[in-house]
Amino acid sequence: MNAQWLIVPVLLPAVVAAVLALVRPLALQRLLSVASCAALVGIAGHLLASADSGALTVYALGNWRPPFGIVFVLDRLSALMLLLTALLALPVAIAMSGGEDERGPFLHAFLHFQLMGLNGAFLTGDLFNLFVFFEVLLIASYCLLLHGQSAGRVRAAWHYVVVNLVGSSLFLIAVALLYAMTGTLNLADLAVKLPQLHAGERVLAHSGALMLLVVFALKAAMFPLFLWLAPTYSNAAAPVAALFAIMTKVGIYAIVRVYPMVFGATAGEAALDLRVWLLPPALATMACGALAALASRRLSGIAAQLTLLSVGTILAVGALATTPALSASLYYLAHSTLSGALLFLVCGLVSAQRGEALDLLKRGVTMHQSQLTAILFLFAAVAVTGIPPMSGFMGKTMLLQGSASASDAVAAWIWSFVLVTSFVAILALMRGGIVVFWMARSSQRTSDTAPVPLIAAALGMVAFVMALATLAGPIKGFTDATALQMTDTHAYVRAVFAVGGRP
Amino acid sequence: MSMELLISISVGVMTMAGVYLMLRARMFSILLGLTLLSYAVNVFVFASGRLRIGMPPIIGAQHTYADPLAQALVLTAIVISFAMTAFVVVLAIAAYTRLGHDRVQPDREELDR
Amino acid sequence: MLPVIVFLPWLAVPLFSLAARGPRSLAPWLAAMVDFVALAGLLTLAPSVFDGHTLTWGLSWVPQIGLTLSFRLDGLSFLFALLILTIGLLVVLYARYYLSDEPRLDRFFGLLMLFTGAMLGVVMSENLLLLFIFWELTSLSSFLLVGYWSHKPGARDGARIALAVTGSGGLALLAGIVLLGQVAGSYELTQVLAASARVHASPLYPVILVLVLLGAFTKSAQFPFHFWLPGAMAAPTPVSAYLHSATMVKAGIFLLARMYPVLAGSDLWFYALTGFGLVTLVFAAYQAMFRHDLKGLLAYSTVSHLGLITLLLGIGTPLSAVAALFHVINHATFKASLFMAAGIIDHECGTRDMRRINGLWRFMPYTGSLAMVAAAAMAGVPLVNGFLSKEMFFGEALALERGGGLQWILPIAAVMGGVFSVAYSLRFIHDVFFLDRPLQTPRTPHEPPRWMRIPVEILVAVCLLVGLFPGFSVQALLTVSAQAVLAGPPPEFSLKLWHGVNVPLIMSVIALTGGVLLYFLVQYGLDLHSHVQGRNLAKRAFDRSVLGIAAVTDALARRAYGGGMTSGVTLTILTALFVGLFPFFTSTTSTGTAQTHPSDPMALSVFALMCAASVGIMFAHRRRLAAVIVLSVVGLTVTLAFVYFSAPDLALTQLSVETVSILLLLLALHYLPQDAPPETAVDHTVRHFLLAGVVGGGVGWLTWAMLTRPFVSISDYFLSNSVPQGGGTNVVNVILVDFRAFDTYGEITVIAIAGLGVAAMLAALRLPRRRADESGRAWSRETSFLPLDLLARLLLPLALLVSMHLFIRGHNQPGGGFIAGLVAAVAIVLLYVGSGAKWSSARMKIDFGATAMSGLLVAAATGIGAILLGAPFLTSAYGYAHVPLIGKVPMASAMLFDLGVYLVVVGSTLLILTRLGLSGDAEEARQP
Repeated sequence: MNAQWLIVPVLLPAVVAAVLALVRPLALQRLLSVASCAALVGIAGHLLASADSGALTVYALGNWRPPFGIVFVLDRLSALMLLLTALLALPVAIAMSGGEDERGPFLHAFLHFQLMGLNGAFLTGDLFNLFVFFEVLLIASYCLLLHGQSAGRVRAAWHYVVVNLVGSSLFLIAVALLYAMTGTLNLADLAVKLPQLHAGERVLAHSGALMLLVVFALKAAMFPLFLWLAPTYSNAAAPVAALFAIMTKVGIYAIVRVYPMVFGATAGEAALDLRVWLLPPALATMACGALAALASRRLSGIAAQLTLLSVGTILAVGALATTPALSASLYYLAHSTLSGALLFLVCGLVSAQRGEALDLLKRGVTMHQSQLTAILFLFAAVAVTGIPPMSGFMGKTMLLQGSASASDAVAAWIWSFVLVTSFVAILALMRGGIVVFWMARSSQRTSDTAPVPLIAAALGMVAFVMALATLAGPIKGFTDATALQMTDTHAYVRAVFAVGGRP
Repeated sequence: MSMELLISISVGVMTMAGVYLMLRARMFSILLGLTLLSYAVNVFVFASGRLRIGMPPIIGAQHTYADPLAQALVLTAIVISFAMTAFVVVLAIAAYTRLGHDRVQPDREELDR
Repeated sequence: MLPVIVFLPWLAVPLFSLAARGPRSLAPWLAAMVDFVALAGLLTLAPSVFDGHTLTWGLSWVPQIGLTLSFRLDGLSFLFALLILTIGLLVVLYARYYLSDEPRLDRFFGLLMLFTGAMLGVVMSENLLLLFIFWELTSLSSFLLVGYWSHKPGARDGARIALAVTGSGGLALLAGIVLLGQVAGSYELTQVLAASARVHASPLYPVILVLVLLGAFTKSAQFPFHFWLPGAMAAPTPVSAYLHSATMVKAGIFLLARMYPVLAGSDLWFYALTGFGLVTLVFAAYQAMFRHDLKGLLAYSTVSHLGLITLLLGIGTPLSAVAALFHVINHATFKASLFMAAGIIDHECGTRDMRRINGLWRFMPYTGSLAMVAAAAMAGVPLVNGFLSKEMFFGEALALERGGGLQWILPIAAVMGGVFSVAYSLRFIHDVFFLDRPLQTPRTPHEPPRWMRIPVEILVAVCLLVGLFPGFSVQALLTVSAQAVLAGPPPEFSLKLWHGVNVPLIMSVIALTGGVLLYFLVQYGLDLHSHVQGRNLAKRAFDRSVLGIAAVTDALARRAYGGGMTSGVTLTILTALFVGLFPFFTSTTSTGTAQTHPSDPMALSVFALMCAASVGIMFAHRRRLAAVIVLSVVGLTVTLAFVYFSAPDLALTQLSVETVSILLLLLALHYLPQDAPPETAVDHTVRHFLLAGVVGGGVGWLTWAMLTRPFVSISDYFLSNSVPQGGGTNVVNVILVDFRAFDTYGEITVIAIAGLGVAAMLAALRLPRRRADESGRAWSRETSFLPLDLLARLLLPLALLVSMHLFIRGHNQPGGGFIAGLVAAVAIVLLYVGSGAKWSSARMKIDFGATAMSGLLVAAATGIGAILLGAPFLTSAYGYAHVPLIGKVPMASAMLFDLGVYLVVVGSTLLILTRLGLSGDAEEARQP
């Protein structure tokens, strides 16, 4: 494959976004936006196909060879994330075209800036460049969250923005420390230089590495840094919330990308034990998400808390850092992203049809398309909570099997948390569904229907989740290979330094 | 007292002031805090390239230069934090006009939603 | 064939949505057809099953987790599938008339088919994970069926609790199955059943057993999980007749029977099943006597009979297994018919309260006699099927050889259970049909329509048939199914009505006479009707705990999110502090060895000012204008520091950014309050001060530790290649626009987004135009300020010239697109301030947003140009162009890129500043 392909997932949305901001007519914007998202799906698919050969593709930006220039690295993991993002973006773009984009300017532009940031973060092999793309996707997410601003959104945004600005400062400090000790920013080069550090330097490098972990954990909304998530997600417009389903995964991606490779077994004395740093907080995250889901006052609130729960689940199992565990958590990551997005879209359908009751958990009017909405909700709930036969069940089973190989005590903890929390998730969604769908006042009916594009988007997401379940076999095969590749530091370093460039 | 010590102290002090202001209950104080914090962080990043006096990284006669990469990183950081500051300032104004106050603590009824 | 049988009901489900358009009777007929065809298919397989073969069919699905789409049909599966389909067929027939005045029949039968399919899947799965999938789907579809009349609170409650209990059990079962699969090395039943020895040997055996039993017990409503079943009676009666006689609850029993070969045979199995079974049997039978609701009585009786079957499976002898299966058949038949009878009574009388229904015999003798036979079977009266299995049970109870007094307790308890069941069966008949008290029903009852009785008749006929000629009717079926359960040769047993006078017979007689006496004692002696039903403790405990959890979590959530932003920020900072300093706790590290620079008074004073100003803001932050001024001082000192430590570009950038930021903050003060009231909570202030101090100390220490360490970096490459490769002497700028131009590309994107974001925010906002600040000082209404106006107009060309200069030289001297852009922006803003926004924007017909975007596109185009030339994105090229007068000027493609930067900076900065400045005026314009 021509390495030039690697820049496309960043360049295409970047250019399209700029154009979208210039184009006035909404119809044209929608067309362009949806079209480019569709194109992204195709490109991501192409990249995934080539990554599945097992070879890493490295792209030296500006033709400056690493570690001096910035490199993009495509392996199975980044390809997976790219495809996931694209699959999420397409329905979201369609859903946004259902009238959400009339509530304020530049919505589609922001969406594409967000995609640019996400894809860049998934592709870059340079620590500072990762920071830059984090900032791109963050400020884009601020704008998306504030779109069609209401008091609630402004409040949530303020919280979200300020916390993330603190995170950015922390990111800079961490990068600076690592640069000051190793004199490099390239991930592969870091992996090479870290083991060579003397004790004194190593301590500082560790301090930087751990602060970096805090930054990623903040993005992933891991305990105790999760307070921003629920208000943000439950206040955002439905399509935006659906898109945000990938936001926490960026943090998770960054963790599983950087730590097993740079601070893994090959780091020698500089290695960090992820179990110590991730497992306890991840379990705590699960507990918080599950409990808060019971206390939520609106459907989207439950959905947000369940996002938190999924984050905890992925990190808890991923922390084991064994191949089966990583593979399982990757599948679960894909599942929770798509099914979570679906749930948010369904929340949008609900609040579109219940007048001022929105998706609050209180008695409301009978929805206009109650049958369809109920079925979609049931499907989403089944998928999210891991009730068979949807992808959630496959994921849960993989998690259980994948963590069984760990020491008995650890396995017991993870198993009990996974099972109990999914029970709580069932309770929470059941409660929400009963109130919204079964306690409706059949006397009144509203005439306001959900916009067709929103429904279409939800159906599309349903299709993806179904595919995830029916194709679970091949997909698990892919994640198995991915997990193997993630932990192979030597191959990564070799590939990065093999790339040509100006002398 | 060395230059290094001076820098360290002043980074510490700026951070302290920044963090303290970040924890105030008013949005404007937080704006001030964010700005101060970004100053501190920028100097910190700058310091990661160590201190050089009178040797700017502009290729010329002398043969040792200050670390250009650290400076480039700081420049990028400054620009980004500038953009963020601008955004947050306007956000604060929006919040104030929407919520009618610039307290960061949510009200009761805001919690119920 | 197997998958066809299983999936036929599901394939039919979509048809029902079409049937909605057709005539009312279409849906039930469709359902009946499905059941019938599936049943026919099953029967075609009967011969090979009765020959003792196990039919299997498989398809790979997710080999990675051991999940295959494989089915099996052996005696056990056959027995249950037969029950599911035959009784399903009758229920459909019955429901068609029972629900005759129900609006949406299609939905009901669709759900029923969904459930039937799931049930068939459970009993015919070959793969354990597949079995679990169907298992959970039975819970889910039964949830929907129980809650079918969702407008009734009772239905919602029943459904909720049913799903909660069975769902929790399901998760335990999943854990058990996964463990079992790991131990057995496969999830295919054939292998698992064969691996019995390994499983028993495994240390995990007890865990597996307990988890599986949790699944089975919750499903089959064993004490203490029984409480969901009576609640589920809120379902339409056909559903109860189906779910709670033949299917749903029997799934638990099926699971026990399925796992019998691999899990049974241990003490744990014996004591768990016999123990829980026994308690359930007696407790539920006792409870049943006191229910006034017909269906309530039947529900508790069901629970008790399930306890009996569990108990039989627990005893673990071949004959007891046979008895268990036999009772499964019998219970299914008589309980289904009784539910249907109860439904008829409900349908005709409009109530199910036995205190109001009396002497019904006069109105519906036919239904009465049918009910009588079925009730007799339930009580275990001779000549009906229930009697036989109960006899076998008594026999097994006596034959038990185990220590621990069980061989005493078991027979006695068995008889007690018998007595109670006779009593409640008798009540079901006597209290409803004969008790001569006034009839207080909403409607005056009469015999139901012909078709509604037919299913009952058939079932009752089966009861009699089996009761009279057991050997001829069920012997073969029992043999083959028992063979499957025992995974061995079929046990020797003979089903006969008359075994001669033996102890079991005597026990039966005691049970019968005792039951009759007990009933009449309770009915007349204790005046049963006045008895207030004991509230369901287990259910209340469940509700309580749910409410409790909700309350607690609610309080927790309020605490967590009530803190608003500060708590989030505080947590982040605390975490970072702890984690960042952690490495220092573990290892002893001290100041590094790198040599340091001596300070001089000049530097000392600058840093002193920096610190003083920072601390000043901490105390002056409530007097906002002052705070902003002091803040600018800090910024200036930082600039000086950059100058001093040989970073001219940074100094310039810092200076220009400084200017604009301060301008922004001042603009913000126009809309925000000038002063903030003091904060009430002093302890907060103190705590925050301490935290800030510690954080500051930590960062300071990090700086120090960092600065005193030796430094080797990749920068030498940039220094040595900047001129030859990048064509510029200003290395920082070359890094920004060439070596790491991609970072800059992202950076200008951020600025551009910020600009758009601000524009979007302000577009949605109606900013109030302040006429005066808090202290009443009026804002100047002057839109232009003459001296500044003149100055600005003079300055503008000059400033633009300067910015051009900075831009051009940027590649070699301090400067560059960013700084140049900011300078230009500031100059233009000055014009705005001086000459008033309206005047300026009127003359300056530039869409700043468009400027910024075009800047982005220019930067992108530069990079794409490289791609077109076959080089990677943003690969630079440069040469020297000969310009007259000026001479040789370097023309690097990087400069084109820098132009993009320039445009973005100018565009976004002006977009932000002017929008912010203008929106007030716009507001002004709106309000005359």
